[in-house]
Amino acid sequence: MITALLVMALGAVLLGAALGYAAVKFRVEGDPLVEKIDGILPQTQCGQCGYPGCRPYAQAIANGDADINCCPPGGEDGIRKLADLLGREFKPLSGEHGVEKPKSVAVIDENVCIGCTLCLQACPVDAIVGAAKQMHTVIAPQCTGCELCVAPCPVDCIAMVPIAESMDSWKWKYPVIEIRKAA
Amino acid sequence: MLNSPYITKPASVSAVMFKVLAALLPGIAAYVWFFGAGILLQIALASITALAAEAAVLAMRGKPLGLFLKDGSALVTAWLIALTFPSIAPWWLIVLGVLVAIVVAKHLYGGLGQNPFNPAMVAFCVMIVAYPQLMSQWPAAGFTDFAAEFRAIFGADRHLDAIVMATPLDALRTVLRLPETRATVEGVLGSNATFGNIGGRGWEWVALGYLAGGLWLIQQGVISWRVPTAFLATLGLISGAFALVDATQYAGPTFHLFTGGAMLGAFFIATDPVSGATTVRGQIIFAAGIALLTWIIRTFGAYPDGIAFATLLMNICVPLIDMRTQRPVFGRKTGKTPDGRQP
Amino acid sequence: MRRLFGFWGGIKPDSHKNESTRLPVAKAPLPSLLTVPLRQNAGASPRIMVKAGDPVLKGQMIAAPEDGLSVALHAPTSGHVRAIEARAIAHPSGLAGICAIIEPDGAERWVELEPLDAARTSPEQLRRRLREAGLVGMGGAAFPSYVKAGGTAIDTLIINGAECEPWITCDDMLMRTRGEDIVGGAIMLRELLGARKLLIGIEDNKPEAIAAMRAAATRADPGLEVVAVPTRYPAGGEKQLIRVLTGLEIPYGKLPSHFGVQCFNVGTAAAVHRAVSRGKPLISRLVTLTGNVAEPRNYEVAIGMPVNELIALAHPQADTDRYLMGGPMMGFALPDLAVPVVKATNCIIAASPTLFPAPTPEMPCIRCGACAQACPAELAPYELYWFARSQNLGKCQEYHLFDCIECGCCAFVCPSRIRLVDYYRYAKSSIRAREKDKLAADHARERYEFRLAREEREKQDKAAKLAAKAAETKAKLARASAGDESAPASESDDKKALIEAAMAKAREQTTPALNTDVHRMTAEQQAQVTVAEARHAAATATAAKDT
Ligand code: SF4
Ligand code: SF4
Ligand code: SF4
Repeated sequence: MITALLVMALGAVLLGAALGYAAVKFRVEGDPLVEKIDGILPQTQCGQCGYPGCRPYAQAIANGDADINCCPPGGEDGIRKLADLLGREFKPLSGEHGVEKPKSVAVIDENVCIGCTLCLQACPVDAIVGAAKQMHTVIAPQCTGCELCVAPCPVDCIAMVPIAESMDSWKWKYPVIEIRKAA
Repeated sequence: MLNSPYITKPASVSAVMFKVLAALLPGIAAYVWFFGAGILLQIALASITALAAEAAVLAMRGKPLGLFLKDGSALVTAWLIALTFPSIAPWWLIVLGVLVAIVVAKHLYGGLGQNPFNPAMVAFCVMIVAYPQLMSQWPAAGFTDFAAEFRAIFGADRHLDAIVMATPLDALRTVLRLPETRATVEGVLGSNATFGNIGGRGWEWVALGYLAGGLWLIQQGVISWRVPTAFLATLGLISGAFALVDATQYAGPTFHLFTGGAMLGAFFIATDPVSGATTVRGQIIFAAGIALLTWIIRTFGAYPDGIAFATLLMNICVPLIDMRTQRPVFGRKTGKTPDGRQP
Repeated sequence: MRRLFGFWGGIKPDSHKNESTRLPVAKAPLPSLLTVPLRQNAGASPRIMVKAGDPVLKGQMIAAPEDGLSVALHAPTSGHVRAIEARAIAHPSGLAGICAIIEPDGAERWVELEPLDAARTSPEQLRRRLREAGLVGMGGAAFPSYVKAGGTAIDTLIINGAECEPWITCDDMLMRTRGEDIVGGAIMLRELLGARKLLIGIEDNKPEAIAAMRAAATRADPGLEVVAVPTRYPAGGEKQLIRVLTGLEIPYGKLPSHFGVQCFNVGTAAAVHRAVSRGKPLISRLVTLTGNVAEPRNYEVAIGMPVNELIALAHPQADTDRYLMGGPMMGFALPDLAVPVVKATNCIIAASPTLFPAPTPEMPCIRCGACAQACPAELAPYELYWFARSQNLGKCQEYHLFDCIECGCCAFVCPSRIRLVDYYRYAKSSIRAREKDKLAADHARERYEFRLAREEREKQDKAAKLAAKAAETKAKLARASAGDESAPASESDDKKALIEAAMAKAREQTTPALNTDVHRMTAEQQAQVTVAEARHAAATATAAKDT
């Protein structure tokens, strides 16, 4: 009886030591979970989730501080992917952080722009170029549509324009099955 | 707007299913000839129950009735159940069996195309476990008194002594297992005139009927030749091998192939597309597996015929078999270029 | 006799080829307006060189090839450019694309043509000619021919005259009537590629075409082999034809040229011949008009001819409910009949409910495996369907979704009437879109992190400078107090120096740093800024004029 207990205890200690050693030895630098979550987030860097950028939100999800349904640009699709990754239930986008909008880019009305550089400072991805007192312009392919440049503009010359469907972005739709109607 | 292709072959699920039903007819004819028209009663009972149950469940699930009732899959299940149950079993047994097949084995798993197990075989297994006695009362060959069969099926009191006789498989198993007798296969099968030539009197003709129907199905392109071939070859080989070792204790291939549900299994059960393997290699493994398990259960198991259990066991393996036997796709086979040129 | 190879699967639908081969090829009259889409091939658009109001001659280049895989575009007839604008073009999406609208003057005046002597022209020059003559594959994919003609180490050149899709007969008629052109172009391509063997593959349901091509081939070069291949859809698919003729299987992601094979459509070969030895660019092609029409026939049609004017020639029957462009297996229903014929248009089919019945409702997959039996790519279509339906895109790729050639054989045979290819198209475009989004997101993340790093660095720089300044001032103060203890004036000097430093710092802060990005702009961004600034300058100028 005593021996059995001792053997079990020894086994437990040995296993524990091995696990502990492995945890130290094979520790992955950084947090791969955060990386994975960040990989799913759309990188709009808009802060609508309530965090200053996508990565902080990813960190918060990984820590369990934030829910997975706070990212409007990622949309339902993004939430679904997060739910898959984290093994959680899918839930609809929480309304308080905004709604999913069609993908847009900022367009600066070049006739109104006074070259104040305020938008330039607001853009998280440096998608606006132009020097002080010169007119600014948005490099459309780099704009993530975060809208952060809209508010700072003193002359309200920035508009968000939805991206029109083009031959390159056109997608085949999910086939609709109409068993009921046809029968 | 509809997309291409705009033309399709005139094929449909119901066409497939009705061909299967038609292919069962020769076997049924032989059945009637040797064992009386009672089987027709059972088939009718099973069909009506199946259609009613299918309609009820479809209505509950909010599916279009007309479309799915017409597909004929419920009828195939019903006929297979009728053909695998004893033809003199009481009426409620078959009704219960069909209900289990349609409601539990088929629709609880999602209906047509979704059931992982062959519904007819599920019904057989459930019933043989629940009513072993009733499920092993088979009519004697040559007994074709319809009135007596009718009474056996619908009558309150069943005087079956005149009708019932052990099937060849049953007889073989029980006698061989008796420790005090030193029975041999030869002794059991040869001693009784009713055991016919190869697979049991009457039964061998029914099996031939199924064989004929099955060959027609292959010719029609409804089932692939691989499944029955793999099934019959495996069963023949394994029984042949053991018969070579000890012919007194193990029945030979002709007996195994032509008795019990072997032919029905090879052409109509192992070929069920929904619950079977789909890849070329997978189908061979699947059918061979059923045959092997059938032989094992027949020879060493506690049940008279092993097809049903063997089928369910292999059904469980189907996802794994399918996954591991995916063929290499066009251009990704190694070493198939005629002059060995590789990119 | 050449040894032929088989390919897995395939189907044998009713061919319906006799309808449109009874009448000889006719020339379609010019329409009132030609709509020539700028982008007609895989790859980039050419650069437009004409503007509204310009007169053009037949065969004049109206858009020049630029970078990417663009090829030139030509005016199909003489007349005037009416407009350069977005019009609906032939695409299942029904979206619009930039088109040149040309109003014919009816004179059909050609530009000056410059025939080349193929034997005395360098390969580079020949390839440039192919590009400038606007040659693309005419079998449907419209891949620029000059690129394919640039392959090296080609052993076998295959000319594809299989034409396996039902109803289509334009290649058949081309082979019957212009065998010389095809053979001439094929020989040019063979010389260009340095290929040893030249095979012309034709399905054996076209005996007239085979006979005509054999005759033309023996006249031109006995080494050229016309091979009758068994009729089975999709034997005319590039990969399938290569497999049948050479036994090679070209996997997804590899080009035939990697295996020493190159394949051109018969129409392309004929166009090569015209472009080189007559100098004529690709401005018209044969189009089959068939289906539910009174007079099915092949027409020689100018590129840009609106489909509705074209089909009127064949007199569609009253119960025609839609029109298909391409064949019934891989074509698509036209969302808009005003769309023009393009270089890749081979056939217009008038569809009626009797010819192409509405699909019966989709039943669940019964895993019968018929689709796998029919799939020439040797996939497991039922598994792909299952994964695509449940949006399991990763699994789709694992089961080689992109090896699917969208031939439609699986949907053709499926007893459950599942529109399988629709699911594959959906899954493929979702995967492509997802990868594009992912790329964009990665790019944005990089730029964001770069910005964060830059801000951090600037903060540190500032802090360092501040610290240095403070230290310096302190040192100065110390020096001053050490030099002259009772010198208020010098103390005020020090204060002045401090203020000066602060002001300099402030000046520094207002001007720099903000546009650091300007100096790191790529050429493309620079160009965008220049364009924007030019626009701005113009706007200011007009504004100044107005006031
Ligand atoms: S340009 Fe405006 S909307 Fe676009 S990324 Fe920058 S701040 Fe966001
Ligand atoms: S042919 Fe249709 S029903 Fe049969 S396995 Fe393929 S998808 Fe399923
Ligand atoms: S469409 Fe794709 S999956 Fe279907 S048969 Fe053709 S290649 Fe195979």
